[in-house]
Amino acid sequence: MSGLGLHDAFLDRARHALGQEHLKQAVRRTTDRLRDGRAAASAEAGAFEAWRDALSEARRRAIGRLDVVLQAWQARAEARGVLVHHAVDAREACDIVVGIARAKGARLAAKGKSMLSEEIELNQALEAACVEALETDLGEWIIQLAGERPSHIILPVVHKPRGEIRELFERHGGEPLSDETRVLAGYARDRLRAEFLRAELGVTGCNMAIAETGSIALFSNEGNGRMVSTLPRTHVALMGVERIVETLADFAHLVRLLPRSATGQRVTTYVNVLSGPARPGELDGPEELHVVVVDAGRTAQLAERDYRDALACVRCGACLNACPVYSAVGGHAYGTVYPGPIGAVIEPLYARDDERRAELAEASSLCGACHEACPVRIPLHDMLVRLRQDNARRGRGGPTALALQRIAARAMAVPFVYDAAGRIARRAARLAAGGGQLGRWALGSAPVLRELLRRRALPDVPIRSFRELWDELEEER
Amino acid sequence: MTERSEAVGARRRVALMVTCLVDQLAPEVGVAVVRVLRRQGVQVDFPRAQTCCGQAAWNGGLADEARALAERAIEIFEPYEAVVVPSGSCAGMVHHGYEEIFRDDAAWLARARALAAKTHEFSQYVVSVLGLVDLGAARDGTCAYHPSCHATRLLGLGDEPRRLLEAVRGLRIATLARAEDCCGFGGAFCAKLPELSDAIVGAKVSHLAQSGADTVVSSDVGCLLNIQGACKHRGLPIEALHIAQVLEGRKGGAA
Ligand code: SF4
Repeated sequence: MSGLGLHDAFLDRARHALGQEHLKQAVRRTTDRLRDGRAAASAEAGAFEAWRDALSEARRRAIGRLDVVLQAWQARAEARGVLVHHAVDAREACDIVVGIARAKGARLAAKGKSMLSEEIELNQALEAACVEALETDLGEWIIQLAGERPSHIILPVVHKPRGEIRELFERHGGEPLSDETRVLAGYARDRLRAEFLRAELGVTGCNMAIAETGSIALFSNEGNGRMVSTLPRTHVALMGVERIVETLADFAHLVRLLPRSATGQRVTTYVNVLSGPARPGELDGPEELHVVVVDAGRTAQLAERDYRDALACVRCGACLNACPVYSAVGGHAYGTVYPGPIGAVIEPLYARDDERRAELAEASSLCGACHEACPVRIPLHDMLVRLRQDNARRGRGGPTALALQRIAARAMAVPFVYDAAGRIARRAARLAAGGGQLGRWALGSAPVLRELLRRRALPDVPIRSFRELWDELEEER
Repeated sequence: MTERSEAVGARRRVALMVTCLVDQLAPEVGVAVVRVLRRQGVQVDFPRAQTCCGQAAWNGGLADEARALAERAIEIFEPYEAVVVPSGSCAGMVHHGYEEIFRDDAAWLARARALAAKTHEFSQYVVSVLGLVDLGAARDGTCAYHPSCHATRLLGLGDEPRRLLEAVRGLRIATLARAEDCCGFGGAFCAKLPELSDAIVGAKVSHLAQSGADTVVSSDVGCLLNIQGACKHRGLPIEALHIAQVLEGRKGGAA
């Protein structure tokens, strides 16, 4: 059954998700809670829209002269002893981190939450090099124990019911636990703390770099980010090449907006601004701080006017929470590292030839709720339309489906064809509604609608169109 | 009341952009729009050459076809002093979509903008152009208002429909939880991903059921057909009406 006419892999995964009651409920409950939080925080803040304008401008300004801004940041960071590396793709990024781990003789890498690490599949690379990777963010650790992928960019385990988490922990620790958050979090904390102290390497992401000071900033609610970046002797931060602002003042807008957009919190519990390794005499901080700046398909978007603004994303997840599609099926249905509207846009852009990612442009009703929620006002709905155009241009979308849409669109341009086609279609629909042999045949001839009509009562299709009624309406005057 | 209103609309002349969906599937909505506007003294023209604004093609990724339809629509409607559309979505297409379509063609962009400047969604036209809120309509019952995504987010339609509904005699307006949520129609989306569309409209239907409304009102026929079909399928006796149909009603009960 071809719904999208592309690979239908999304449709299959969405169907799978829709069949899981607990998953659907868990996802909707969480997205509702998060977007309500965001709505309350934005109403309370008063100047929320002005902040959005300011952050949008700051991010676009930095993206607009990315090379200059990056160089300025790097010069200042290096002056403070930060070791900066550049990786063009996932492979290079992993090689760099593995290289550092080897040089340090590390056997254990403690990790803070990083979507970029998921994207480049760093854990697999580390394990392949005999370095154990330990996720220390509670959600990420659960995902790691379960051998899954995060289903949300800020709450990796939205899809997982508590009972399943307890079972995972029980299997891990071999002792019975209860479903209480306190007990589960306590178990994780005890286990993870012990490990922290063994880790020779700490690996984190980077929420934003600040060119003015040569710093990188980490936002976290659990405090594990702080431990990962200070306790091990070597800290490696993975940074998307586009994650930078020019000034501390620009960064201040992010501090206000990121937590409010993501969860509705006024502030993130821990905001760490790191400007270099520990200096001589300082007790805190790593001996070495490496920042691996990863491109992996990002700078290619600089030249694409249709999609360039997507580089302004601050990965807050608000567009996921606002999205009716994401809220209905959760993140795994997308089959990509980044789900939701932002995922449907950037995943195809990171790999332009990947047909399976390309179909995600269809995973949207184009309601625009993502754009409305986005702190940096990325027009995701317009980008999804442009991606659909790219698909159509490349003949993606199934030759039949595309040809049918094309014929319909062209018929629309010729009034008498439009009129005649309308009459025939309405008759057919009326026949179908009337049931009987002929009706079934008429329905069967429109397989695209068959699935839909299994879930919707047919509308009362009128005999005459408005244009057929117009002359009578004129006489009413 | 009526005299005053007629003075408001007198000497005004609009072209009705009826939209392909209303034309083919809900002509009674077009009829209601014409009657309501005429009652206010507005003269309504119906340019017969019109077909579709191009939105379906545009959202389907067919840029060339969409552009051809948009050019047609501009040519057909630009001679008129104002254009009224019984759809926030299609009005949104003229306002926002045409900007996208013609962004690299200054001449066409100027024409598109000139058209957008005089193109109004129906309730926008009544409230903001005619300056009317109370049209003397009456209806018994309780309605819930579903703001369509495109009306709100693409066109920027505000509280005009709500103000019009509040002025309808005998009509109560129920609180609809998460009213701003998409109904799952999305044009071809509902046919391409029917199960998903069903899950989304399911949430809308349960919020409607909880609202206690007997009628759901919107500015977009796409949403209404979708919601109506889902309600019927679930055996929920909720009627779906375009706002013009409510305003057309003079007596109690269904118009
Ligand atoms: S696109 Fe906007 S809303 Fe979505 S994650 Fe990025 S910044 Fe947040």
